[in-house]
Amino acid sequence: MSRVSVPCHVKSTVALQVGDMRTSQGRPGVLVIDVTFPSVGPFELQEIVFKNYYTAFLSIRVRQHTSMYTPAKWVTCLRDYCLMPDPHSEEGAQEYVSLFKHQMLCDMARVLELRLILRQPSPLWLSFTVEELQIYQQGPKSPSMTFPKWLSHPVPCEQPVPLLEGLPDPSRVSSEVQQMWALTEMIRASHTSTRIGRFDVDGCYDLNLLSYT
Amino acid sequence: MLQEESDLSLVIAQIVQKLKGSHLYAQLERQAWGSWEKRILKSLNSMCTELSIPLARKRPVGEQKELLNKWNEMGTDEPDLSLFRPVYAPKDFLEVLINLRNPNYENGDSLSFRTHLGLIQVPLKVKDIPELKEFFVELGLTTGQLGIDDSTQVPPELFENEHVRIGQKVLAEQDSAAAQQYVRQGSPTALRAELWALILNISSQPEDILYYEQLKTNVIQHDLLVDSLIYKDVKLTASNDDYYFVFEDYLYQVLLCFSRDTSVLGHFAYNSASPPKSYIRGKLGLEEYAVFYPPNGVIPFHGFSMYVAPLCFLYHEPSKLYQIFREMYVRFFFRLHSISSHPSGIVSLCLLFETLLQTYLPQLFYHLREIGAQPLRISFKWMVRAFSGYLATDQLLLLWDRILGYNSLEILAVLAAAVFAFRAVNLMEVTSLAAAEAVLADLSTLKVMPLLQIFLFATVT
Repeated sequence: MSRVSVPCHVKSTVALQVGDMRTSQGRPGVLVIDVTFPSVGPFELQEIVFKNYYTAFLSIRVRQHTSMYTPAKWVTCLRDYCLMPDPHSEEGAQEYVSLFKHQMLCDMARVLELRLILRQPSPLWLSFTVEELQIYQQGPKSPSMTFPKWLSHPVPCEQPVPLLEGLPDPSRVSSEVQQMWALTEMIRASHTSTRIGRFDVDGCYDLNLLSYT
Repeated sequence: MLQEESDLSLVIAQIVQKLKGSHLYAQLERQAWGSWEKRILKSLNSMCTELSIPLARKRPVGEQKELLNKWNEMGTDEPDLSLFRPVYAPKDFLEVLINLRNPNYENGDSLSFRTHLGLIQVPLKVKDIPELKEFFVELGLTTGQLGIDDSTQVPPELFENEHVRIGQKVLAEQDSAAAQQYVRQGSPTALRAELWALILNISSQPEDILYYEQLKTNVIQHDLLVDSLIYKDVKLTASNDDYYFVFEDYLYQVLLCFSRDTSVLGHFAYNSASPPKSYIRGKLGLEEYAVFYPPNGVIPFHGFSMYVAPLCFLYHEPSKLYQIFREMYVRFFFRLHSISSHPSGIVSLCLLFETLLQTYLPQLFYHLREIGAQPLRISFKWMVRAFSGYLATDQLLLLWDRILGYNSLEILAVLAAAVFAFRAVNLMEVTSLAAAEAVLADLSTLKVMPLLQIFLFATVT
């Protein structure tokens, strides 16, 4: 299934915190990233791809275009998706993640805006975010392959051509050729894949000092 | 010698300084390893220039003939190796691991609920005892084990006879997966060689023997600087060991061929390290003349030959011994001397050991830390060598049965913690690192399986 990247504008992260951010000691555990699509109209979202950086849980809310006169509402399409099985340890902390439309809780037919809500409850990490965020919509459908007619409708067997003088019987020749082909296949199959690897270049292994790059 | 050691520690201190200021964790892994690899390459290069010995040299025909004649008794050779020094020892590697830091991790001075009191400061996920009990369920108290239930006091009808019968059946069926499951309970001595070969998918085909002979020809034709390092390592470690000195000649035959084997380069696809590279003299920078050095990309360190030595008890035919060792190296042993976040990697093993000790023997851990004897400093060398050279050979082979059976090296960390638990009473009375080392110096009388079983399944938590 092909996909086409949708140009998006990722706003900078906003930390949600109680109290005054400058004076409080603790680090925020919730961040919000807004993603808008200024140059594109409402589209059908196919896939979201990003690289995690120490985010433990991800929720996504989407605002879709409705044809009615009611204003577009925010709907949660992904709730508390776990990126790090143990928020205190490294597992999953820097992995690449792909989310598909079939994993979403709602239909993603006419997306206007996305809001990613990142949570990291562990106080051990200094910062967390998601990076290299990319949104994809469905690409044009690949043209269906049309089989040539003769594959699906084989021609009925023709009358054998009468034997020409001096030439061997074609059916006997074809059976002999088939036997020879079977033999070559057998030999090819038993051919070992073990390489006798050579480490030198044309018999010479006179080296410079080791390279540092 | 002293000058070299102080140079080494100076360079390591410099690497440590560089490590403290890096960025992303994955980058950190790469940078730490990159600095470490550079250090090793520099050491080899300087050995090359100081001793005026080329990295590689084609042997003259007379020398080739001589070596071919002496092939089965290379141990009788006594070359002057005093100027060679091992490229690094496990304790140098430990210093690099200790200084791995994640810059996104809260490494503040204030104690928090996750302060690492041990040496490893990287928050990798390791199993705790309930998870280990589930993982090593076949080692439980109600399952028969070789190493426990085959002792002289236990009548063989209870477990041993039936176990041997099942082993013979597994071999008759040539079922590799069944063999792996089977050796979790230990392998009978008579069947072990075949069972391990079955698990590792080693069958001595004529082309394998031909391949080994080709490697032998490569050894005869070219002399590598790395060969002297191998000689030195074997002379320093295996030749001095009561159990393994008889196999000295085998070790040369395996390790010299191992360093010419380019198929080992394949394991770098899943190893974070990269093989050292060089160019044919006069063709610097031309990619068609780029080669790896040594040809298998693995530079041996002090104690490397101990990975091979225990296998000599099982396999007497050099090409089969070679294949078994090579497969064990590219499956398991390489993880013991490279940095990665893999659960069987040495960093995870160290963290697992320290976490187990801290959680289940907190008083001992605290005491050792207070006297300046961090437990990992003592157990690191055991784990890097997979306990080879520290345990009695029959016990070591029982341990390696489980490594193959569970396809994981985590049992090394569990055993290390179990050893500390066993000697806890003596360790609580020591007052210095040297005294703690003395208590744990001799592991040759230990019985591995009872220790593991008690630590995992019979300790009151």
